[in-house]
Amino acid sequence: MSSARLTRRSLLKTSAAGLGAAMLPFGLPRAALAQEALTIGVVYVGPKDDFGWNQAHAVSMDILKGVPGVTVVEEENVPETGACAKSMESMINLDGATLILGTSFGYFDPFMVDLANKYPDIQFRHAAPLWSADKHPMNLGGYFCYLNQAHFVDGVAAALSSTTGKIGFVAAKPIPTVLSNINSVLLGARSVRPDATVQVIFTGDWSLPVREAEAANALVDAGCDVLTCHVDGPKVVIETAEARGVKCCGHNASQAALAPNGFITGAEYKWETIYTMYADMLAKGEALPNVVVGGYHNDMVRNTAYGAGATPEAIAAADAAIADLKAGKPIYAGPLKDNAGNVVIDKIYDNYDPFLDGMGYLLEGVIGSTT
Amino acid sequence: MDGTLKPTAAVAVGGARLRMTAEAIVIPLASVCAAAALFSLFLLFLGKSPGQFFALIWQGGFGSSFSIQNTLQRSSPIILTALAFAVPAIIGLTMIGAEGALVLGGFAAAVTALPLIALGVPVGLTLPLVAVAAMATGAGLIMIVGWLRHARSVNETISSLLLTYIAIATMSFFVEGLLRDPGSANKPSTTPIGKDYMVGSIPGTDVHWGFVAGLVLAVALWVLMARTTFGFAARVTGGNPRAAKAQGLPVGGLILACSAISGACAGLAGFFEVTAIHGQANASLVAGYGFAGILVSFLGRHNPLAIVPIAILFGAIEASGGLIQRRMGLPDATSALLQGLIFVLLLASDTLHGRLAIFREREAR
Repeated sequence: MSSARLTRRSLLKTSAAGLGAAMLPFGLPRAALAQEALTIGVVYVGPKDDFGWNQAHAVSMDILKGVPGVTVVEEENVPETGACAKSMESMINLDGATLILGTSFGYFDPFMVDLANKYPDIQFRHAAPLWSADKHPMNLGGYFCYLNQAHFVDGVAAALSSTTGKIGFVAAKPIPTVLSNINSVLLGARSVRPDATVQVIFTGDWSLPVREAEAANALVDAGCDVLTCHVDGPKVVIETAEARGVKCCGHNASQAALAPNGFITGAEYKWETIYTMYADMLAKGEALPNVVVGGYHNDMVRNTAYGAGATPEAIAAADAAIADLKAGKPIYAGPLKDNAGNVVIDKIYDNYDPFLDGMGYLLEGVIGSTT
Repeated sequence: MDGTLKPTAAVAVGGARLRMTAEAIVIPLASVCAAAALFSLFLLFLGKSPGQFFALIWQGGFGSSFSIQNTLQRSSPIILTALAFAVPAIIGLTMIGAEGALVLGGFAAAVTALPLIALGVPVGLTLPLVAVAAMATGAGLIMIVGWLRHARSVNETISSLLLTYIAIATMSFFVEGLLRDPGSANKPSTTPIGKDYMVGSIPGTDVHWGFVAGLVLAVALWVLMARTTFGFAARVTGGNPRAAKAQGLPVGGLILACSAISGACAGLAGFFEVTAIHGQANASLVAGYGFAGILVSFLGRHNPLAIVPIAILFGAIEASGGLIQRRMGLPDATSALLQGLIFVLLLASDTLHGRLAIFREREAR
């Protein structure tokens, strides 16, 4: 496994076969899976029912629990401290786990790196693209879904479901993945409605429910009639939007149930594509790829089923956008300026181009500042 | 604050002292048992086996050498933060700012280590200097609270809590701005200090030296608070600050000194979190150790020696919490519920002190 890029290419080549099998976990020959009992240990940083990041992982693991021969052991609310290393080690020593999935960003370095060195026979996979062949052990790796593709679709649907064309975005921190989601919402919205804007408020941390509610209210007061967000648990933002009578788009997992009137669609991870692939490969005795990244083209993200807030035009345009993304249509088609007027994206970038992983700006049309 | 190290303890002699010690041990122990009993009822109500629950706590906390190391590792920061609560408690202050002192101390450690490493200062000199910087930073933070208490009568509980938020925000401000390692794109952190400058583990284990530091400090602070004139003066002040002042005790100085010790303990915990665990300062330093220490200190009735076994017990509950989630399908909140029950019953049991005939002096009957 030489690099993330090559891995992705090889994954693309085999996606028809590999992912085809991965998508059909229940169609696998049972004997193959039952040959050797597989115990997978999963560690979550928050509660499994947070309507967000952790729930997205947990519902995917629930699918694996139904696969014969696979045992899933889980721990929730494990902080990114020495505690996470001990939880993983405990799964290895006391439960016999042979695949450890660390689903929080801060678990990787130093904890999972050290553990992978300490337990060379155990496979470790981490939910972010941080692994590199020249720095990290070979029994460690990463997987990641480019959720900004689904947020692009959110932008399309939001712009056509809005009357004002003003979309509000409650964001945790101005880091690249968050900025990419904000910019993708904007580009999606402007692809169908060139005057659309995205107004962003950063709360400063991943889970600050009070500040998220304040930010959501402030955005509605500023005239936004669709809200979306990138925080760990979108529950507060979605419920605030619904209570204020504006529409909303979800994030991470399905929040459709929280907003029966205003829910349009939402950006959802589809971790089960990766998790079932891992289980399948281990059952067959194959080596796991070190890095798996993807998006719409290989079934690793999805949009939540349209809710009552989505207009017919929005649904049609969003479906078309999804088809385009599956075909690999680039989101960041430069030249594009940031909201201070500098050209930050000079040409058309592939949706997985590493250049985009270092994003530190908000595009023209986004109201807000990273500082 | 009604601590074990009460002024009267210093003058009690012979059998009276024995009875007081017995009272200080039996009542908290009984409340822990009562909490366990109540919790068992709760488990039975859920259709789960209390026997399995406590067996898993044993297995996950002490059942193997891995489990014991897991427990000790988790108890290390809590011993230090519990000491950070206990020392001000003895002088009558409810100081809950250990979390802030830990975070700011850890941040100071990460920040002072980098230039020293860049200058090529040897690791044997760098780590002590960095530890001093962390302790001084923590001490400085809590001394602000002590000074406000003494000079301006500002409630120390409120001001230490608010300063904790300021401390965390200060660290975030620098870690996400000026002092951010450009390589830490999605998790803002300071530049890693590197493996060569990390504090190692106790040989033969993977428990870091912070545990030993906690043990040494617990003994040292017990001697200081129970066996020296400084400690006596602090206990007298804790009993009645106005009387202490009337006696000519330097109350302000004592409060500042106890605040400094408190902040230094928490700062040292931050030092070990950075130099033994994370290797850099980031938001992961805010892990609640400072608040866990409050509970442990109360359970130990603010006796530095009692804090050690109780912190280890809490380390064991934390260490086995995962096993309980995995084996019994109970949510993470289960451990928190047990801890909460213990805390509430323990606070309630305070009322029993001095009321049980068995612990009273015979002559008084």
